[in-house]
Amino acid sequence: MTFTEIKELIIQKFGPDSIEAEETQGLQPALVIKKDHIVEVCLMLRDNENTWFDFLSSLSGIDYGVEAQKFGVVYHLSSILKKHQLVLKVYQQNDRDEQNLPTFKSVTSVWKTADWHEREAFDLLGIYFEGHPDLRRILLPDDWEGYPLRKDYKTAEQYHNIKIDM
Amino acid sequence: MKYTEALERYQHKINSVSSEEMVLNLGPQHPSTHGVLRLELITDGEIVKEVIPHLGYLHRCFEKHAEALNYGQIIPFTDRMDYMASMNNNHAFVMGVEKMLGIEDKIPKRVEYIRVLVCELNRIASHLIAIGTYGIDIGAFTPFLWCFRDREHIMNMLEWTSGARMLYNYIWVGGLFYDVPVGFEERCIEFVKYFKPKMKELNELLTENQIFISRTANVGVLPLDVAINYGCSGPMLRGSGLKYDLRREDEYSVYPELDFEIPYAKGEIGTVGDCWNRYKVRVDEIEESLKIIEQCAVKLQHEHKRTPDFDPRALVPKKVVPKQQDFYCRAENPKGEIGFYFIADGKSDKPFRVKSRGPSFNNLSVISEISKGVLIADLVAIIGSIDIVLGEVDR
Repeated sequence: MTFTEIKELIIQKFGPDSIEAEETQGLQPALVIKKDHIVEVCLMLRDNENTWFDFLSSLSGIDYGVEAQKFGVVYHLSSILKKHQLVLKVYQQNDRDEQNLPTFKSVTSVWKTADWHEREAFDLLGIYFEGHPDLRRILLPDDWEGYPLRKDYKTAEQYHNIKIDM
Repeated sequence: MKYTEALERYQHKINSVSSEEMVLNLGPQHPSTHGVLRLELITDGEIVKEVIPHLGYLHRCFEKHAEALNYGQIIPFTDRMDYMASMNNNHAFVMGVEKMLGIEDKIPKRVEYIRVLVCELNRIASHLIAIGTYGIDIGAFTPFLWCFRDREHIMNMLEWTSGARMLYNYIWVGGLFYDVPVGFEERCIEFVKYFKPKMKELNELLTENQIFISRTANVGVLPLDVAINYGCSGPMLRGSGLKYDLRREDEYSVYPELDFEIPYAKGEIGTVGDCWNRYKVRVDEIEESLKIIEQCAVKLQHEHKRTPDFDPRALVPKKVVPKQQDFYCRAENPKGEIGFYFIADGKSDKPFRVKSRGPSFNNLSVISEISKGVLIADLVAIIGSIDIVLGEVDR
């Protein structure tokens, strides 16, 4: 299935509001999905016999910078049977307050791959995934403060009385 | 607080295990975890009821480093991700950058053949480690020594080419660090000739060994649908019976011009998806890689011969500044699908964001699923059969 056909399929199932925009300037065109619809869209893309996106290659959390005040999650889907790939994106504005993390819906129920990838995004970027079964830090210690992959991250001076040298 | 809810839930679970159960830590300094992986087991006698993996002991924040370095400088960092197969990591990363620059069609054939040749050598080295250490996990010491002896030949050859034994930084954006040394192709063919009978010996010693089969066949069965849902790739996925290899799916580099098969589990012994079948896929892949090496060496001797004016660095850009875009590049690593997701801002020679998708990271995530209710000794067999490299799980 081509990119346009998949787009039309999503519009047909979930209405034109479900797609916020499309990014076609790069080598891999991407669909920006409205963030409340992401789980249903993913489930449909996985189970529809024409799309059959059974393999989630990668899930990346992105911090788009301090000026943009925007966070996003990028999903790279791929179909083993149909041999095609698709990029989905969701965005959210956020004021970078650590008490109010950007929140997206978890796709763990669709692909189990998302489990650890979402934990990684939570750990390193502070993106919260609603409905994730076990959203703990994964790479950093449980008591680490801050989210290192954020663009405005400042290294702590010490960790458990160990001086952090830069 | 909803952000720490899961942590509290986990702590509560560990603190309130019933009196028949015991919490046992396997690792982080346990040899069978192949590095610094800690598995927290909730056991009932010798039965594993639940496995909770703890990662991050080797976390070096590759992605943060990558945001501060230019594309060429990131290549040595990709070496250190899956340090058993540095060439393959280099290749995947470089391929992504070249596609972003739009120069992937201009790369000379000789460069591409050398890339594939060194990648396949490295693939054999990586699988030899997997097989050798797997023998040790099960209790067989000799295969380990044999595998390391033969791996040493590959290490020496790659050292001759790149100057380093494990972390090569050999494949560069647009070319190579250097051309292969004079006589390298002959040495490859010699190595293949030497190594083929050694594989036969290894098969007799380990693959068809009844003790080894009893320890691995029908243990840790990973059904295909679970493997796909968990994002398992490489020998894990092929061990579950699916003929799927990105070298053939994506047809990248010069792989379409080479003749080789994709081995996948057929369940000659045990069931499809068990530890033995995963192990067997690696053994078969070594044979296929040898075929590729032979073909590449012949091509480099004849069709794409060394010429005096050949410069592998001719296309290496002084400054790599891709257009504004984001791009996901994937390739087949010995462990599975390695992917790099780049975001380039179009202005600087440093990426705005690099996310790496490691095959071991995804393959390991399935462990709690397939090791429910197994014996602790079998858990060791399962970890070994996944073939993880912690450098890339933790990045």
